[in-house]
Amino acid sequence: MKVWQCVVCGFIYNEAEGLPAEGIKPGTAWADIPENWVCPDCGVAKSDFEMVEV
Amino acid sequence: MKPIVVLGSGLAAYTLVRELRKLDAQRPVTLLTRDSGDYYSKPMLSNGLAQQKTAAGLVLTPAAEIAAQLGLKLHAHCEVNAINLAAHTINTTVGTIEYEKLVLAIGADPIRIPLEGEASDRVLSVNGLDDYARFREALTEARSVAIMGGGLIGCEFANDLAAAGYRVDVIDPGPYPLASLMPEAAGRQLLEPLAALGVNWHFGTSIKSMNSAPDGYQLALNDGAALQTNLVLSAVGLKPRIGLAQQAGLLTGRGIAVDSLLRSSDPDIFALGDCAEINGRVMPYVLPLMQSARALAHTLAGKETPVDFPVMPVAVKTPAHPIAIVPVARDAVGEWHTLDTGDGVKMGFFDGANVLQGFVLTGRFAGERNALAKQVGHLLKA
Repeated sequence: MKVWQCVVCGFIYNEAEGLPAEGIKPGTAWADIPENWVCPDCGVAKSDFEMVEV
Repeated sequence: MKPIVVLGSGLAAYTLVRELRKLDAQRPVTLLTRDSGDYYSKPMLSNGLAQQKTAAGLVLTPAAEIAAQLGLKLHAHCEVNAINLAAHTINTTVGTIEYEKLVLAIGADPIRIPLEGEASDRVLSVNGLDDYARFREALTEARSVAIMGGGLIGCEFANDLAAAGYRVDVIDPGPYPLASLMPEAAGRQLLEPLAALGVNWHFGTSIKSMNSAPDGYQLALNDGAALQTNLVLSAVGLKPRIGLAQQAGLLTGRGIAVDSLLRSSDPDIFALGDCAEINGRVMPYVLPLMQSARALAHTLAGKETPVDFPVMPVAVKTPAHPIAIVPVARDAVGEWHTLDTGDGVKMGFFDGANVLQGFVLTGRFAGERNALAKQVGHLLKA
């Protein structure tokens, strides 16, 4: 399981935790997040995301 | 061909250039900054400690690398002295530079509240990477920090510092945390979780004087109380940097006045981010800045695009008790209603017709922000 971080606002996505409030189950890999998903904090599209492994 | 000249190297400036490059890879762009030009995420300044980030560790892309990536000419550590509207030039410490379009993304300065006392000039504020480096350096010798201001940034720092083991005092003249953003029942939710981490709250008062003490500073508060602390951090708000625009004769209010196209009173000069006042509103948050950068990139690429602001939740990064807000205007007519409680609160602001106009979600409800954001502007049973 990996942790990703939005380079624009610092938002953390932890694959192990998912984002249950947004319907993303715990254990969801970054690659399996829908392409139309946007960063909950800053609104950057997933396709624009430059996520870094932390 | 004269370049598009961008002043600033924060999130607003770099996001604008990144968006512009998606539309136009060729257009010459020159960027000037008084900072190093390293790209970092400003929202992380107030929660970098818990993530054990040094100032260098917060740099996501070094200046030379981002300049190459975005194909721009970068002048770091330079100052702009004046804008000459008629000549379309700026006068800088690296000489006179011509522009076709000029974009002001120069941010805001921390507000300083004058204090009495011989040590009052040693109040710290963290508004950029250099400040952050100084603050981290000062923290290595410190065990306690007093924070002026219990607003968004003050509360984020309080959580970050307390979680790292510092004793924290928060001093705010208001009645409860985040008082300018949310109703009392919501703001009070933060009291216990942060107190449990080691935060002492001092509301309804402010620092009167700051004097040196053997192990830091002695503070006298306006309510007569006194406290000892190793460091004092000010987080009382920001004021847009308008001096350069004012001097050039551009229209300014609280910020540099721009319309929906982010255009100032000069048709070839634009402003966005913390320095801008868009149709009368200063919106110093990440989401409005991203929306502005996208719209302005289209306009600069040749297709006039007014900025459109959707419902934009603001996150307060207090992991001890997370909060999300869609703020309502100070003069909004309506009432706050509690929709749910228990390990936090869920409150909505409803106008006379029962339309949801804003909300506050705290604690376990914070994760519902995007779902609830879709309901703003709609009829909802209170």
